[in-house]
Amino acid sequence: VRTDELIENLSGDLAPVAQATLARRLAAGLLMGMAVSFLVMWLWLGIRPDLVQAMATMGYWMKFAYTLAFTVLAFLLVERLMRPGVSARRQIWLSLVPFALLAILAAMRLGLTPDSARMALVLGHSHLVCPWNIVALSVPVFIAVFWSVRAFAPTRLVLAGAAAGLLAGAAGAFVYAFHCDESAMPFVAIWYTLGIVGVGALGGAVGGWVLRW
Amino acid sequence: LIAEEAELRALMLAGLAGDAAAYRALLSLLGIHLRAYFRRRLGHDAADAEDLVQESLMAMHARRATYDASQPLTAWVHAIARYKLIDHLRRRKLRRTLPLDDAAAVFSGDDAEAASARHDIDRLLAALPPKPRALIEAVKIEGLSMAEAGARNAMSETAVKVSVHRGLKALAAKIRGEDRADG
Repeated sequence: VRTDELIENLSGDLAPVAQATLARRLAAGLLMGMAVSFLVMWLWLGIRPDLVQAMATMGYWMKFAYTLAFTVLAFLLVERLMRPGVSARRQIWLSLVPFALLAILAAMRLGLTPDSARMALVLGHSHLVCPWNIVALSVPVFIAVFWSVRAFAPTRLVLAGAAAGLLAGAAGAFVYAFHCDESAMPFVAIWYTLGIVGVGALGGAVGGWVLRW
Repeated sequence: LIAEEAELRALMLAGLAGDAAAYRALLSLLGIHLRAYFRRRLGHDAADAEDLVQESLMAMHARRATYDASQPLTAWVHAIARYKLIDHLRRRKLRRTLPLDDAAAVFSGDDAEAASARHDIDRLLAALPPKPRALIEAVKIEGLSMAEAGARNAMSETAVKVSVHRGLKALAAKIRGEDRADG
């Protein structure tokens, strides 16, 4: 094909493109993945039976806020990394804010706790399964987000893959919080974050070849 | 680069809104810039450079939703061109280090070529008498019609046609003469 013929073809059947197209497609993938993930959580682990009572406690909303803020900021980071030629530095720093805040609060909480009770706040009763459950619940979101992202143009593939993984991990953690009945900040800061970062690492590992275009 | 940016960005925004003519003009301009960029980076591999031009244009078309209207278009084009170039070198297993460059690298090279072509034309035209020179510039470079050029110089359309024709003939003779002198 000659280049001027190609240009004719490309401009021949031109559909208008809205500015929000990218965010919309990414949001569609994310929400679809989260819906599947929620269904899996419901059928496999079950929603915690005391959900209604828990909603009156700080511990519940802390988990809710942490995972939701992480998801939203990771979404903004991914959206940015899909655009060639723009800097994502601000979005990278912003996406670290929820963890930094929670880590500070968790450290303060531990400092105010007598030695004998500290381990219970850190380990809870489910630290061995928590990160793995988050990884498992992230799988549908991971697939859906990577499907969305394939239509975009990331130029730093490993970074973009890691960000997409963090997004899937945070969304998986958000869903997992409907099952998990842990409420200590140190527990969430450590084990939730570990699960999320694990999915992020997975995303970075596959980004280099899955996201090529 | 700044004037270029404003022009290309306007075309891109019109293209995103569905204006096919503006979009075609944009792709043609980008094609020229990209061709010069890839040729400079790949040396004499003109066929590969042309493949990369086409691949980049197709990628830009398919992924045009990734352009953020609040950001420079030249940076977007450069990032895609550079990505395609690196991908090409990796696929061909050519481990070559690319110089760090920025958007100016895509939007500078052919300016030099265009400028030197412009210089050649000016030099040839300078050898013509003032009247046919002004007419040729008006008709062939500014793009006026014969009638418009005539009105500007208080001449009939027929007189303009004759003058332009003679002027071009003289130019052609000069070019042939120069080629012979070069050879």
